[in-house]
Amino acid sequence: MAALTLRIDGQAVAVPAGSSLLAATRLAGLALPVLCHLDGLTPVGACRLCLVAIEGQSKLQPACTSEALEGQVVATNTAELRELRRMAVELFFAEGNHVCAYCVASGACELQAMAVTLGMDHSRFPYQYPLRDVDASHPLFSLDANRCILCSRCVRVCAELEGAHVWDIAGRGRHCRLVAGLDQPWGEVDACTSCGQCVEACPTGALFHKDDSTAEKHPHPIRALQLRRVHDLPPRPDP
Amino acid sequence: MSRTVIIDPVTRIEGHAKISLHLDGDGRLTDARFHVVEYRGFEKFCEGHPFTEMAGITARICGICPVSHLLAAAKTGDKLLGVTIPPAAQKLRRLLNLAQICQSHALSFFHLSSPDFLLGWECEPARRNLFGLMAADPDLARAGIRLRQFGQQILELLGGRKIHAAWAVPGGVRIPLSDAAKAWILERLPEARATARLALERFKPLLDGPLQREQQVFGQFPSLFLGLVGPDGEWDCIDGQLRLIASDGTVLADHLKEDDYASFLAEAVEEWSYLKFPYYKPLGPAAGMYRVGPLARLNVCERIGTPWADAELADLRARHGRVVTSSFAYHQARLVEIVACLEAIEQLVGDPQLQDQRVRVRGSLQCHGAVGVSEAPRGTLFHHYQVDDHGLITRVNLIIATGQNNLAMNRTVLQIAREVIPGPVAAGAEIPEALLNRLEAGIRCYDPCLSCSTHAAGQMPLRLQLVGVDGQLLAERSRG
Ligand code: SF4
Ligand code: SF4
Ligand code: FES
Repeated sequence: MAALTLRIDGQAVAVPAGSSLLAATRLAGLALPVLCHLDGLTPVGACRLCLVAIEGQSKLQPACTSEALEGQVVATNTAELRELRRMAVELFFAEGNHVCAYCVASGACELQAMAVTLGMDHSRFPYQYPLRDVDASHPLFSLDANRCILCSRCVRVCAELEGAHVWDIAGRGRHCRLVAGLDQPWGEVDACTSCGQCVEACPTGALFHKDDSTAEKHPHPIRALQLRRVHDLPPRPDP
Repeated sequence: MSRTVIIDPVTRIEGHAKISLHLDGDGRLTDARFHVVEYRGFEKFCEGHPFTEMAGITARICGICPVSHLLAAAKTGDKLLGVTIPPAAQKLRRLLNLAQICQSHALSFFHLSSPDFLLGWECEPARRNLFGLMAADPDLARAGIRLRQFGQQILELLGGRKIHAAWAVPGGVRIPLSDAAKAWILERLPEARATARLALERFKPLLDGPLQREQQVFGQFPSLFLGLVGPDGEWDCIDGQLRLIASDGTVLADHLKEDDYASFLAEAVEEWSYLKFPYYKPLGPAAGMYRVGPLARLNVCERIGTPWADAELADLRARHGRVVTSSFAYHQARLVEIVACLEAIEQLVGDPQLQDQRVRVRGSLQCHGAVGVSEAPRGTLFHHYQVDDHGLITRVNLIIATGQNNLAMNRTVLQIAREVIPGPVAAGAEIPEALLNRLEAGIRCYDPCLSCSTHAAGQMPLRLQLVGVDGQLLAERSRG
């Protein structure tokens, strides 16, 4: 396979052609925060946490959806990027209703962990307190839309891996929301095979097993490993 | 012209309050109101949530007794799932509640109330607190702190965290008791027992001596008493059924099921307080006034069932009669219950079934509503949930201990005020400091937890107001 070389945070790295910048960064042994990315699913660049600066380009680019190119010089950890990432996480908190105190995913939530990792201690944006529902119509699982960050991991895992395509994102802008089937109660969507992969893929407590209560959602072991990879790497100084 | 005195805030109670004393045209006390002016609206914001989250949410109502809400929520959840929890889970939940009652009573007795008895009412307020007690009697203060820690540590060992441990869940509990936790409890039990003995030794002579008057006027009146009892009428704090007795000892209602609470309890609402006023429905709001909590539990039960606690119960009854009607005796009742808890913990920890690994059953929603009950340190706690077909909450009603003692607390405030101000209050008179102290102490008998019982937000200082016939404020004294 053809290889190409580029520089990430001052470090030369050789990667197979066609790799994403996210893959290249990881190959270089560097951590990059992600929320909407899940290995094995088509990247969509929804969360903007993996933004990087590419020399010669005025716009920042999401590493998950950008292809690594020969000779690129990429910065992943500037003060500006760190600030933007923290801002993005603050926006997630401000736009939904994230009450970790009794959330099923507390302690195993990627959003919560990300807030800690990025040093968020409050949100500079006013909380929106949107009125959102819980869909508990499925016999095994529930969707608490209050905690949905619209990462679309559930959408993709269901469509791409299970082939059921139960989930979609409806609406625009702040009216975006996750819908099941043709905007039906989840329990009424015949296409759902109850495989539970969407629950496993969900980074927050939005999708959960019904009989789990506060802080009982556990991430899938592989996801737990990925989480650790992201969060256990020490913070790096500015290049 | 009638007038009202208002005390606000009552210090050293959990949460905050205001007291108003109402005078008639001749300056005589006609009414006393213990206002609860905080509001949290927990019942409202539970709506729309899955019932499985109720344990986690309601445990947030109160940082002082989250365990009580946790247990009531878990028990309500069991019923919604239609499951019988494994025996080990039942015992572990009991252990959790015993530890909770023990730590809460230790807080009430040693940290909050004992400075009044041991340092004296006339001791200046700045010193009449735990720190003053530490200076005056460091051994007792330290022992009290460690007794509370004993209970707290058991909660932590069981639940993984001291406060807000969401360890009891619908269907049982999350994790079994570890060997290390069991060993820790056994190791610390003797010290806890010694502390309870020390407290009783210090407190009882005071009851025979300087505290005699308090026993007469701190809420000494007939009322009904409500609490859980076991199948043979023994003291119970989590299972069992409700019993209601009158102050002459008559059992008015026995084997009451919490599911039917609406048939025997009604709640009056007053515009001047966010705290509701529950009463025994068949007798109406006046004659139906009842008390809950440690004293009520000891009044309704036949016996406790462990030797030392039964001896202490006999001592309490020898002082006051079979049914104890003085609210000042809540303090002694708390010490008796600490003994009962320690003995029961010892028995439970020796029970091999306690460490059974099967502690949780799973189930699915079986009904649209259920009521769970547990004895919180401060009294009987009811959780009532209604859910839709998918288990989302449509309505919540919480009946909390301090609410149920509300009528009795007002009565106590009036009784104490009349004792301190026997004659008419002259126009322009100042509110004596002694009145503030006594009223606070009177309310503290109930160890009220206001933030919880009103589901109230924020903190507020204590204010005493003297209010005239037509509602005008005549005098005010506040502290906080
Ligand atoms: S349970 Fe499986 S099939 Fe059903 S929505 Fe989730 S991923 Fe799709
Ligand atoms: S439910 Fe979970 S996985 Fe699906 S979009 Fe929302 S946050 Fe992402
Ligand atoms: S991980 Fe790249 S935008 Fe979300």
